[in-house]
Amino acid sequence: MIPRFFIKYKLEIIFIVFIVAFAALFLYEQNAQTQAKWEGSDDQGSAAIEATGYTPWIQPLWTPPSSEVESLLFSIQSGLGAFVIGYFFGFYRGKRDSAKPA
Amino acid sequence: MHIMEGYLPWQWCVFWYLVSAPFIIYGIYLLNRQVKEHRETLSLLAVSGAFIFLLSSLKMPSPVVGSCSHPTGTGLSTVLFGPFITCVLSVIVLIFQALFMAHGGITTLGANDFSMGIAGPLLGYVVYRVAKAVKLNIFVNIFLVAFVADLFTYVITAIELAAAFPATHGGFLISFETFFAIYAVTQIPLAIVEGLLIALVFKYIVQSRGDILVKLKVLTPEQATKITEGFK
Repeated sequence: MIPRFFIKYKLEIIFIVFIVAFAALFLYEQNAQTQAKWEGSDDQGSAAIEATGYTPWIQPLWTPPSSEVESLLFSIQSGLGAFVIGYFFGFYRGKRDSAKPA
Repeated sequence: MHIMEGYLPWQWCVFWYLVSAPFIIYGIYLLNRQVKEHRETLSLLAVSGAFIFLLSSLKMPSPVVGSCSHPTGTGLSTVLFGPFITCVLSVIVLIFQALFMAHGGITTLGANDFSMGIAGPLLGYVVYRVAKAVKLNIFVNIFLVAFVADLFTYVITAIELAAAFPATHGGFLISFETFFAIYAVTQIPLAIVEGLLIALVFKYIVQSRGDILVKLKVLTPEQATKITEGFK
């Protein structure tokens, strides 16, 4: 018999195992590939376009002044998303619990 | 998958705007109808949109390749609301990133929405329907949808760029190889993580709002009960 715990949390376990494997592989590769820069694929794409001799014909209206400001804005984006997800899952949970007879 | 502002010749910007526009217009129509006629699904719509917001902001390292990229998060809303509504939700995220982070761009919005909001989710939706028809396990199905929608988005970006910048020697295929290596290969591990995460979240949605999933015709009432019982 498989313990109940493994049935109840089957998907969580698969997810955590994969994330740990992902992190371990990343740490290994980080040491193995000393020349890797771990830069964004979007920036590599832009660099590959520039390598063909192309120059962008228009600039963004506004560019974050530093990578710190940029990561702040990305964090705000994640925060907004996580807030909405947490809000509704909490709301569902509360609704379900209060529907049960005390 | 973001093509940066100005990095696509204007003819291609116009072309991708024209291709994307009908999908976005039809998506807005469907979105309005969904909200008016099935108000109870609004909260799940918000959660689906929030997942695109959250996942597309996470730049993750891709082991083996040695670069970083981000998931798209479009799998959940593709399954729940279909590819057209997903395309509208993606536009919102892409405009946000173009204006505030200079990530992507307004001129390239048509091309970026075609890859992230239209082509990826459309193929994901095809996978969803086929897997459903052959009665594949629903969690495996959702994993595949999210994986395909994510990965295919980056394949399309590579095609868009290869079409706009064919190599002088060898043309489209040679530059497709270059862009494919940059975008799609990096994306494989991330697409797996995204697929697993969306499948996990789907379990929570079945447990908390199985009734809405039945209304959205994702599950039959029997399936919803069976899944909830299966995790007890």
